[in-house]
Amino acid sequence: MVRRRVRFKDPWIEQRSFTRRAVVGGIVATVLLAGVALRLFWLQVVQHDHYSELSQGNRVRLEPLPPDRGVMFDRKGRVLAENTPAYQLELIREQVPDLDAMLARLIELRLVEASDRDRLRRLVRSHRAFEGVPVRVQLSEEEIGRFAVHRHELPGVELKTRLARFYPYGPAAVHALGYVGTLSEADLKRVDVEQYAGLATIGKTGIEYSYEATLHGTVGHREVMVNAEGRSVEAAGRGGLPLRQREPEAGNDLYTTIDIDLQQVAEKALEGKRGAVVAIDPWSGDVLALASLPTFDPNKFARGISGPEYRALIEDPDRPLFNRVLRGIYPPGSTIKPMMALAGLEYGVIKPEDRRRCPGYFHLPGSSHRYRDWRKQGHGSVDMHEAIMTSCDVYFYGLASTLGILRVHEAMTKLGFGAPTGLDVDGERGGLVPSPDWKKKAFKRKEQQVWFPGETVITGIGQGYWLVTPMQLANAAAVIATRGRHFRPRLVAAVRDARSGTLQRRAPVALPPIELADAANWDSIIEAMVAVTSGPRGTAVVASRGAPYRIAGKTGTAQVFTVGQTEKYKESEVDERLRDHALFIAFAPADAPKLAVAVLVENGGHGSSVAAPVARALFDAYLLGKQPVPAATPVTNAPPARPAGTTP
Amino acid sequence: MIYEELNVSRARRTMTATAQLLRALHLDGPLLVSLGLVVGFGLLVLYSAAGENVSLWTNQIIRFGIAVVAMTMLAQVPPPWLRMITPWLYAIGVVLLVAVAVLGDIGKGAQRWLDLGIVRFQPSEMMKLAVPMACAWYAHYRPLPPSFRDLLVFLLIILVPAGLIAEQPDLGTALLVSAAGGLVVLFAGLQLRYLLGGAVLAGIAIPVGWHFLHDYQRQRVLTFLDPQTDPLGAGYHIIQSQIAIGSGGVFGKGWMHGSQAQLEFLPERTTDFIFAVVGEELGLLGQCLLLAMYLSVIGRALWMANQCRDTFSRLTAGALAMTFFIYVFVNSGMVSGLLPVVGVPLPLFSYGGTSMVTLLAGFGILMSLYANRKLVSS
Repeated sequence: MVRRRVRFKDPWIEQRSFTRRAVVGGIVATVLLAGVALRLFWLQVVQHDHYSELSQGNRVRLEPLPPDRGVMFDRKGRVLAENTPAYQLELIREQVPDLDAMLARLIELRLVEASDRDRLRRLVRSHRAFEGVPVRVQLSEEEIGRFAVHRHELPGVELKTRLARFYPYGPAAVHALGYVGTLSEADLKRVDVEQYAGLATIGKTGIEYSYEATLHGTVGHREVMVNAEGRSVEAAGRGGLPLRQREPEAGNDLYTTIDIDLQQVAEKALEGKRGAVVAIDPWSGDVLALASLPTFDPNKFARGISGPEYRALIEDPDRPLFNRVLRGIYPPGSTIKPMMALAGLEYGVIKPEDRRRCPGYFHLPGSSHRYRDWRKQGHGSVDMHEAIMTSCDVYFYGLASTLGILRVHEAMTKLGFGAPTGLDVDGERGGLVPSPDWKKKAFKRKEQQVWFPGETVITGIGQGYWLVTPMQLANAAAVIATRGRHFRPRLVAAVRDARSGTLQRRAPVALPPIELADAANWDSIIEAMVAVTSGPRGTAVVASRGAPYRIAGKTGTAQVFTVGQTEKYKESEVDERLRDHALFIAFAPADAPKLAVAVLVENGGHGSSVAAPVARALFDAYLLGKQPVPAATPVTNAPPARPAGTTP
Repeated sequence: MIYEELNVSRARRTMTATAQLLRALHLDGPLLVSLGLVVGFGLLVLYSAAGENVSLWTNQIIRFGIAVVAMTMLAQVPPPWLRMITPWLYAIGVVLLVAVAVLGDIGKGAQRWLDLGIVRFQPSEMMKLAVPMACAWYAHYRPLPPSFRDLLVFLLIILVPAGLIAEQPDLGTALLVSAAGGLVVLFAGLQLRYLLGGAVLAGIAIPVGWHFLHDYQRQRVLTFLDPQTDPLGAGYHIIQSQIAIGSGGVFGKGWMHGSQAQLEFLPERTTDFIFAVVGEELGLLGQCLLLAMYLSVIGRALWMANQCRDTFSRLTAGALAMTFFIYVFVNSGMVSGLLPVVGVPLPLFSYGGTSMVTLLAGFGILMSLYANRKLVSS
């Protein structure tokens, strides 16, 4: 046992001990670095001849072998994205007598875009003189022919094949699948550069972006013979030794939740309009269709989009690149009325049989401001069921102001509004459920931070600051359809491991269910939603006429601009871009829901006439197997057949 | 008294403007010159190694600028403040490491980064400074040499962050962080019997630790033992790097004329293997010159550490100096085939931002401690 004693800090002893050890440290450092120097002496002086010889004979260099990107399938196993051979033109600087003249000639032959001239000149100059630089990727058959004819006057320009991403359905589902595009400086910062050696493209949006790591695979290497200047030379082997090769590992295949038939039905139904359609299987969160219109051809990006083409897409006033489903935010309008009613029932503020008189307007006590009903003459006396069926505004103005904004905010947040739904693809926006707290943070000026009772009133019919994405609307419809069961929406259902070939299914992700104090409230709401499409005064009866199943739905109309107190909104007089957005949420069959849908048509006017028929087309296709349009067959022959506009 | 003051004022009058500026900024002239030589040499070699990629070179200069600003700023922080914030710095670092483990961003196959929106931040980098400072902070309040119980506390301070970093997995940084903390304990006067005991324990731990290594980490060790087992993978680095160095000879092939580097046989030639470029293009002389520069940095830093009059300052400064040595030794040893390939850059030389900033930040701290060496009461 060591003798116990009280010890004190002794600065002098400490200093002496430190000095001693610092000296030892200095000596150790010197000795070890001298050891490194000795090792260097061994390599550079003693072994110099050996290594010099190795360096002289260093004729073998590692060349990357890019992996095959994983294939994407739809839920029935149809190929949505694959890799097909593509032809590209490569230019070898040292074999071209005059680079500028050659580029001019290529432009003349319409093999290279004139606007690309400066970029290409820089690109070619930034590579070694003997390296082939791709100046044009994915040539069409006709262009290949044109090149063949003029080949003799184009020394140093070669036709090469490589694999390129190809989307057989062209523009279909592009906002879900995303696309691959040219690897940029910014992309190289977020990935392991070594893994992208020899590759020109990377996932840019959608599944292609979010599942990049899964789809990509692992790069391989092979040894190539090079001469003293580093040029590759053909040779059988290195002094009789065979050249070694490590094969790349292909990326994993993805089974998406998309049903390409349904997807095409959705896109066909919205053709010529701007809008969004989402269809979800409410019992798993599988997104069967995700359409944002207008759409565009991802093959353009995969084969290297030209400057003018890209500019045209960006400057298009209809914004085809914009993902309206995930990033478009709109006032929900009357579509949220069933959910408001549910909140009213749940908080005990109303009973289904309570009646309210609708004279065509509503005003707060002590205020003369009239909040108008969409139906000028009013709906008379309505109970909850009738209020949802006829979409009576006055009923919900009253309900919202009784509930108060805090309870509205709480209930709507529970239903998934105000935050991204958690779809497994990046870029989803959260929208906004207004509240006094939010207003305090959002506005700078004191007088703007106050929450007015009138703002609660209009929240009751989904107007005001309230903003939702079509994705959130579909998600909420699915939650109602399952009576509170909640699954995180997803686009990828299974991954096939490239190495083992095993298919790994992913179980649906269940989120905490919404439990009501009285489960019968679900039934009251759903019955009212069924009445919307089949009741005597339902706002969407057109949509369900002749359907052999019951549809529960709700129409909505979101104001784009505000009509003054004394003015009247007349559709025909308003500029098309300022017309109301048409909305419709629905699920069917109402008794055993299989599909939940949200439809948005920008500036479409009323939800009943424009948006509801789109949902009907989806239900018919999914539940009855009806194809209102002949299903488009994918283009199976890859380029050189030009893949532009692949769906006939 | 009066005589001394006269002396001081005379000295002040005869000081050059530069010296006055350095003094006002708490910067140490000799150390600055040594560091400047290393960085200047590094930029020269990087220019050649980067080939036609000039933007890489300008990036390095920008980072160097940021690092110098960080160093100068840290040199202004008084040592008592440094001591005061040390436990907080350490605690924040550990919390961030846990955060990375839980929700970090997968960058380059390993979970090391924390995405803070604008910048991606690597908390393990910060621990290279925080761990030795935390050890020195603890030693500051304890009688030295440390008792057995103190050693256990030191062990805890070191192993918690080191374990979290090793989990990321980033074995190289975990070892460096442990080494930095361990150096403080050594400088604090760790008795020889503990040192020997520790060595014996390490001998036992190696076979046990083998089981906890990731596959790629085992591969690195195996490859080190026999590079030919994986000539297309990790072994390729070592083989090519030795060919580059060996073919350089005494005088080298000349700046911008190394065939291994210029023809891209040598992988990672701007980062971890830049020392091989020095060997190939500037030969044994160039490499020995560089090692001598490093040695002058280490020597000056150790001398400065020894001038500090309080425990915290002395131990922190000493550990920073010797950590710098470990960087140099591990990288040069790895590139020349003496040590296994661990991802440790050549300090102030390799391309890459974070390590340059951390290193110069460390020297900033060292300069502050030295500049205020006599003002601090323990």
